[in-house]
Amino acid sequence: MEHAVDTEPAPARRLPTFTPGERFRRFYALVRKETQQLVRDPSTILIAFVLPLILLFLFGYGVSLDASRTRIGLVLESSTPAARDLGASFRASPYFDVRVGRDRREFSADLVAGTIRGIVVVPADFGSERLRRGSAPQIQVLVDGSEANTASFVQSYARGVVANWQLATSAQATRRAAPVSIEQRFWFNPELTSRFFLVPGSIAIIMTLIGTLLTALVVAREWERGTMEAMMATPVTAVELLAGKLLPYFVLGLGSMVMCTTIAVFLFGVPFRGSLLALFSLSIAFLCPALGQGLLISAAAKNQFVASQLALLTGFLPGFLLSGFLFEIDSMPLPIRLLTRIVPSRYFVPSLQTVFLVGDVWPQFVRDIAVMSAMGAFLFFLAAKNTQKRLA
Amino acid sequence: MLQRILALIVKELLAVLRDPKGRLVLIVPPIVQLLVFANAATLEVRNVDIAVLDRDAGRSGHELVTRIDGSPFFRSIVHLQNLEQLREAIEMRRVIAALHISPSFSRDLAARRPADLQIILDGRRSNAAQIVAGYLGQITEGMVADLHPGASRGPAPAVVVARNWFNPSVDFKWHTVPGLVAVISLLIGLLVTALSVARERELGTFDQLMVSPLRTHEILLGKTVPPLLVGLFHTTVFVLAAVYVFGIPLRGSLIYLYGSALFYLGAIIGIGLFISALSETQQQAILGAFLFAAPAILLSGFATPIENMPDWLQTLTVINPLRWFLVIVKGIFLKALPLDEVLRNTAPLALIALVTLSTAAWLFRHRTE
Repeated sequence: MEHAVDTEPAPARRLPTFTPGERFRRFYALVRKETQQLVRDPSTILIAFVLPLILLFLFGYGVSLDASRTRIGLVLESSTPAARDLGASFRASPYFDVRVGRDRREFSADLVAGTIRGIVVVPADFGSERLRRGSAPQIQVLVDGSEANTASFVQSYARGVVANWQLATSAQATRRAAPVSIEQRFWFNPELTSRFFLVPGSIAIIMTLIGTLLTALVVAREWERGTMEAMMATPVTAVELLAGKLLPYFVLGLGSMVMCTTIAVFLFGVPFRGSLLALFSLSIAFLCPALGQGLLISAAAKNQFVASQLALLTGFLPGFLLSGFLFEIDSMPLPIRLLTRIVPSRYFVPSLQTVFLVGDVWPQFVRDIAVMSAMGAFLFFLAAKNTQKRLA
Repeated sequence: MLQRILALIVKELLAVLRDPKGRLVLIVPPIVQLLVFANAATLEVRNVDIAVLDRDAGRSGHELVTRIDGSPFFRSIVHLQNLEQLREAIEMRRVIAALHISPSFSRDLAARRPADLQIILDGRRSNAAQIVAGYLGQITEGMVADLHPGASRGPAPAVVVARNWFNPSVDFKWHTVPGLVAVISLLIGLLVTALSVARERELGTFDQLMVSPLRTHEILLGKTVPPLLVGLFHTTVFVLAAVYVFGIPLRGSLIYLYGSALFYLGAIIGIGLFISALSETQQQAILGAFLFAAPAILLSGFATPIENMPDWLQTLTVINPLRWFLVIVKGIFLKALPLDEVLRNTAPLALIALVTLSTAAWLFRHRTE
């Protein structure tokens, strides 16, 4: 009954244990060391502040889907008043920069060279007697299909110019059957400025760079130099070690998000209709998988060259191509659509666009935050497991 | 002397190809990139979901919905009951567009009054939304035309006939895959060369190389030829894949393509060596390579046209080798680009190669500590 004293094991056989206070102090020291290392490394400043600025400017100014004044050639084979009038409509269109000629052969070399993107041919019989007798003259629109998106816009703008011209000229002449009056409303972005959705999306790509590329590079360098093993020989646990490494990058990621948001709103004039709470919650949730991925890559590669390649291939490029930032996910073939589901930025880009342009749509945010957190937890688990294996 | 250079070339090739992980990085990512990105980089709009709020009592509203359902562009139609649901469907991005058919739609159509049809589109995806609006407009017009055959009396409207030259069915892959040949060559070529000198610097072997009997231009040649061979190998693989896997027509001359590819790779390698000569460590070299590659790809006309950029930025793109080679690759694949156009776009490449390679050589000599 009174054996309680005897059952207590000898303290000497125990592994050293630490009080929570000691552990916190140790962790704090670790974070401080990592922060100093990060602040003193010039490449950190480059990735965290210079690169985001460059990319934001590129996405803000360089990447645009708003075709303005596409260069085309206009061939007027006919010189009737109607043809001249239609030609004037094309020249007045804000979408085209028109050069006029008499023969389509003048322009075909330019189309091959890519100096013009389309040729509009107004046929010789246009506006003549035949037109009035009822057979429809054919206006040809020849576009450069090698630039597929521009081609479809040139086509639809050219149709628009012809349709408007017809409406204007036939309005006084005849009354036609009333068509359906279609009212189009583009919510959230009525002026259809592509910059408004590209700039918020690019913030996701910039944060991917910091979270994945920077983390992967820095940790891989430690593996290369053997300093990671040295750290593991200390009493610090693997989880503490990884957490201590990531915390400064976490703060850095949020810092550059704030910088980019400020520039987006005040320089590019992107509306910000949601709340800061939503923006921060989403960003924090996104940094989990981004950092986890960087950590996992470095633990698996342990070599800066391979790590950087993997970070670009699995972080940056999917963030650019498979996140819905520029290319519509719905239009991709099924295998690629399924692949996008494991890309963290696919959940971040739409939510960011929503926070900026729509406002707080919490059901969407909660769903995306849940998915990103789960991905983050999974990646951390893999990275921690990978790191421990090396210790054994 | 030739033997010396040859020995250096063999050594450089071994440095790139010996490490199994490094070898893997040279082969697997490019192929994955080509396959995934060729399918993903599309601005076409297909398979989108749209919502319908049909308040029409008559048959025309239903007829319109049936026609939309039959169109290959739309995947599914969500039927809504009220405006609140419509707002939610758009906000949650469940649909890209919502069709609101007014209660008097059939009556107005029958009476030949303007019938109201409202289309609400998601401005967050304005490029795709504009294309969807175009599809919906065409479907509606088609329905009205069938409803009132011969309604339009008076002068017959002019018919607009559109033809797509070089790419008749406007297949986006025809536009993307040749571009990817140039983009992926850039990424690999840049990284391989950017690391070559930086690695030797880090290991201290570059100083040994400098004190060897090799002259600076010989070292430069030794550092240029291996990535050139790697680059030509990749170009060949990509061209074969473009033709045999993706079925892209190759209409122009392969000789022109390889001729200009030499200058393109020369320009890339020059930039890579330039970055490499400037960096102290491999990490700086990788970052430097990225710092060049990201703007080069974004400002090349690969993803979005150069014409859409502001004028000052368009001027800046003349120093971008990818911009020139993109015209050549796409031109040779799709347009059978004639020699004078090939030369016009190759000349800037040759100039960039000349400037960057000679700067790199100068830096080799003047940046040894």
